[in-house]
This record gives sequence, C-alpha cells and structure tokens, in this order.
Amino acid sequence: MRNVELQQRSLTSRNLLVPIGSVVLALLVGSIFILVVGENPLYAYRVLLVESFGSINNIAGTLQRSTPLIFTGLGVAFAFRCGLFNIGAEGQLYVGGMVAAIIGVSFGNLPGLIHLPIAVFAGMLAGGLWAAIPGILKAKLGVHEVINTIMMNFVAYYLTDFLVTGPFHGGRWAPETDRVFPTAVLERILPPSRLNTGIFLAIVALVVVYIVLWKTKTGYEIRAVGLNPSAAEYGGISVARNMVLAMVISGAVASLAGVEQVLGVHGRFIQRFSPDLGFIGIAVALLGKNHPVGVFFAAVLFGALRTGGAAMDRLTDVPRELVVIIQAMIIMFVAADELIRRLVPRRRKA
Amino acid sequence: MWWEYVVYFVNATVLAAALRMATPLIFASMGGILSERSGIINIGLEGMMLTGAFMGMLVTFYTANPWVGLIGALLSGGVVGLVHAVATVRYKVDQVVSGTAINIFAGGFTVFMLRTVFDVAGTSPAVERIPTVAVPLLRRIPFIGDILGHQNPVVYLALILVVAVHLFLFHTVWGLRLRAVGEHPRAADTVGINVFRARYLAVIASGALAGLGGAYLSIAHLSRFGDGMTAGRGFIALAAMIFGKWTPFGALGASILFGFADAVQMRLQEVGIPRHFVLMLPYILTMVALAGFIGRATPPKSIGKPYEKE
Repeated sequence: MRNVELQQRSLTSRNLLVPIGSVVLALLVGSIFILVVGENPLYAYRVLLVESFGSINNIAGTLQRSTPLIFTGLGVAFAFRCGLFNIGAEGQLYVGGMVAAIIGVSFGNLPGLIHLPIAVFAGMLAGGLWAAIPGILKAKLGVHEVINTIMMNFVAYYLTDFLVTGPFHGGRWAPETDRVFPTAVLERILPPSRLNTGIFLAIVALVVVYIVLWKTKTGYEIRAVGLNPSAAEYGGISVARNMVLAMVISGAVASLAGVEQVLGVHGRFIQRFSPDLGFIGIAVALLGKNHPVGVFFAAVLFGALRTGGAAMDRLTDVPRELVVIIQAMIIMFVAADELIRRLVPRRRKA
Repeated sequence: MWWEYVVYFVNATVLAAALRMATPLIFASMGGILSERSGIINIGLEGMMLTGAFMGMLVTFYTANPWVGLIGALLSGGVVGLVHAVATVRYKVDQVVSGTAINIFAGGFTVFMLRTVFDVAGTSPAVERIPTVAVPLLRRIPFIGDILGHQNPVVYLALILVVAVHLFLFHTVWGLRLRAVGEHPRAADTVGINVFRARYLAVIASGALAGLGGAYLSIAHLSRFGDGMTAGRGFIALAAMIFGKWTPFGALGASILFGFADAVQMRLQEVGIPRHFVLMLPYILTMVALAGFIGRATPPKSIGKPYEKE
C-alpha cells in the first residue's frame, strides 16, 4: 500500500495551464460585460490592476481583502485533500467570528498577551466543532457532507443573527456587538488600510497546513483517504477518524476568516458581515489546486479583484459586481479543465 | 387556554400565508427533483431562482405584462439550467462546483444588470404584478375556502405542477426513463435510452421551474426585484426536496411545512419564542432526515457521478 503515489506534483507549467487559462478566459468573457456597459475593457482592467497593486496603500488593501480568503481557501482545500467538499466555510466563519467577538467583548481585565490568543483559539475551536458535525455524520452514517454543510450554513446565519440581535447586541442601534476590548484586537499594520496582523496569522496557517499535510503521519493518512478511501482502510488507516479530523481542521482554519474580520477589520461582530468569503474560498481552493502556495496566490488574485473592482466602480461606469461575475466564471472554467485544455492548443496552432 | 394559542398559530390566515411562502419552494423543489432524479445534483437552484426573479421583473418592465414576464423567467431559468447541464454533462464539471459558480454568478449578474439598466443598486422600480384571484365556488367552502379560495394564480400553478411532475415521473415512460438514468445510467444506456439527452432536458427543466419560483417573488407576491431577494429559498427548496425524499408530494408537504414555519415566525416571536430558531428548523429537520432518524432520505443512486459512454 505504501506504493501509492502521494507526492504532490510540483507546480510545473503544465499544472499552471488550467488556472491561468481559466483566469484569462474569465477576464475575456468579463470584457463582454464591460463592452455592454459602454466602457473600454483595456481601460477598465488597467484601472483594476493599478488600483489593486499600484501603490503601497493599494497593495495593503489587496492583502487585507486576501487575508480572509487565504483562511477560507485553505480550509476548503484541506477538506478537499481528504476527499471532502466543505461548502460550509461561510457558516464556520460566522460561528468562529461570533465566538471571538463574545470573548473579545468580555474579560476586559485580561492582558493582551492572553486575551487575543484566547479569542482567536476559541473562535477556531468553535469553527472546528461546527464542522465536526457534518464530518461525523459523513464518517458514521455516510451522509453527504455537501448537503449538511449547506444546511449548517443557514443554522449558523440564524444562530448568529439571534446572538447579535439578542444576548450580545451592542449599545448601538445597528445589529452588531459592542467593540471588542483593545486587548483582543488584531493590530492594524499599514493605516489607512485595514490590513492587520491577521495576515501573519494567515501565513502561519499556510505553512502549518503545508507541514501537516506533507510532513506528518496524520497528513499522509488524510491524503491517503482523499485519494482512495478503500485502499487507505485496507492499509490500516481509519477513514472515519481522518474524515472527522480533516473536517475539524478545515472548519478551524476557515473560521479564522471570521475571527480576522471581527478582531482585525470591524472590531466587532456585524450581522451578516461576510461578502461570501466562504464561497469565494471554494474558488480560491480550486484555483490554487488545493496547495498552500496556490491558495496564497489565488487569494491574492481574488483580493485584488475585490479591491480593484471597488475602484473600477468609482472611476468607470463598470459596476463592481463585474468582479463577482469574473470570480464565478473562474470557478466554472477551472473546474472545466477539459474545456481549457482543448481551447489552449487550438489557439497555439492558429 | 392552550386552545386559543393553537388557533392563534394554526388558522386559515396563517395557512394561506404558509401556502404563499411555500409557492417559490414548490417550484424550485420540483425543479430539484427533476434534476436530481436524472442524476445531477443541483445546488444552483438559488441562482436559477434569483435569475428568474430578475428576468421576470425585467421582461415585465418592458412589456408591462407580468404573464410575459413569467415566460421570460421560465426561459432565463432554463438558460441557466442549460449552463449547468453543459458544464456537468458535457464537460464533467463537479456538480457542486458548477452549482456554486451559478449561485455566485447570479448574485453578481442580477445586481450588475440592475445597476446597468436602472442605475439603482438595491431594488428595481415597481412593475405590474399578477393579481390574486378569487375562485368562484372554492372560496365559499368554510376554512378550505379561506386558505385556497383567494390566492395568486401562480400559487395554483404550483399545485398543478406538483401533480404534473408526479404523473410524469411515476406514470409515464419518459418519467421511468428519467429515473432509470438517475439510478443506473449504464443499464439505461444499454436499453437504448439517451442518458445525455435525458440529463440535459431534466436540468434545463429544473432551471426553468426554479426561474418560475423566483419570478413568483418578483412579479406575483411582490412587484419589484430586490438584490438577493431569494434569500436562501433555493437552499430551502433543496431541503424540501430531500425532506420529501425526492418525491413531488413529499416535497410539497415539506415546502408547506417550511412555508408554515416562515409564516408563524413573527407570531411565535410575540409569545417569546425567538424567530431565528424557527427559521433554523427546515435545515435542522433536513439534517435529521438525512441522518435517518425520521425515515432515511436516500438520494438517487448515481447522483453526482458524470456518465461516460463506453
């Protein structure tokens, strides 16, 4: 059984063909939408590029928007490695964010060195446990995790709706908690952007996930289950145990997106604050080929799209929703690798 | 008296509201059944509904005829269904990934169009809507008449659709073939059924029906489109389909149950039961049903697997 090839192929040019082809194709289709609005695609895309990478402040803004996507993308990718489709990152990040907020607004007398780590870990733990439920249902009863993670998203929305409008509703009228104590804040790095120390946490997460997946026995087992569950079981690896573990880690990592948004960006839990971060995380994982390095670059790309899209909205007639359309098409194209592989050689011949 | 409480929560007014709330779920869950019975998972129902809600409004805006708008919603939903079919059947894109992409796309596309056409971000201008009708004899029947006698024609259309889908699936040869394709595509292929064509048609129909469900919201129940107005109903429809064990009447029952939860949430809030917990119920019940605690819900056998001809 040890002969099973578990080494991830390196990021060779062949492996990059589909992701890059998908992005290019999505941008091409996006330019049709730009033409419909009556703008010049080259100009609009130039604005998008300049406004997302053109200055230190723009780069900081891009990284800030990339940070939560690194977490959700990495979380989704981790589950994919075990053959599980975690479509519940959105719910996990709400639960994690809410628990971090609750810890953040309580315990005002703790020193920051203790308060912040507790808030972060409690959020992770909550997200991990939230994801454990569909993991257990899959491992023990064979229920497809896709449906259960979708269902649990909605339970998470309504649960946090309840908490943020009820027991933990802050002093202001808006549906949000009070500000967390300064001891639980992820500090801003490059004001006026909202980039915060969460980005370091994201990089640590990327490295840790890489090490866990490729340098530990646990990671080997998780990937073995992902490649072929029956072969793994035959080889003495517990499929059930590794599935639950993979979901817990996936949920814990994804929930850090919520923790970062609450403790670093907003300073409080705001009802339904996430602009589909969990779902875009699926795109990040797919585009990044479920590898931490790929996830990082994919998250930066999507962060840049979001930053640049907002600027494009201000400076041209193109609505910011264009980038949402482009993101959706990237997901579709990256998954339709057969289509991309067929298109690219044809273009070379011409 | 406890009896007064029951009457407060379960009366003709609430049940009529439950039926109205259930209508978009009925359309989308029927669509879900057709798609999944053919073996294609459709979590893109939400995006198909949203597209239908928008296009129904848009066509009504230009034609001033909500019935034409309804047809526009049907067709546009069908087009989104076609995209899902091409992706999953032709290019073997993971069905969940394709559905996710469709949901994200629809959320962006509808607001993009809203801003491009009307230059507004939140809600469209008001359009004509399909007016409610009073059914002559039905409305005179006590209680039943109060629930069913005075509703939107689209509500009746939903109820007729349930019967039609049931008859189609279980009493026609085409329905039998569709189910065969979803259970044993290889065997179906062997006896000469065109698996690809069956799946294409089922998924296109699925999108068309979800589109109608969305249009009910924008041009029958209300008379405008709002950003994200389906608000997760595509997923509740998915839940209703599962809770109803992939059968039309089962999904109808589940849709009405979930519609009822939606209709009583405000009244429950008044007596101190937080409405958010009521809103959670459809999702929790579905998880419980899938886990097999209330009669196991089992999906069609070959669901999620792309078919390859040998």
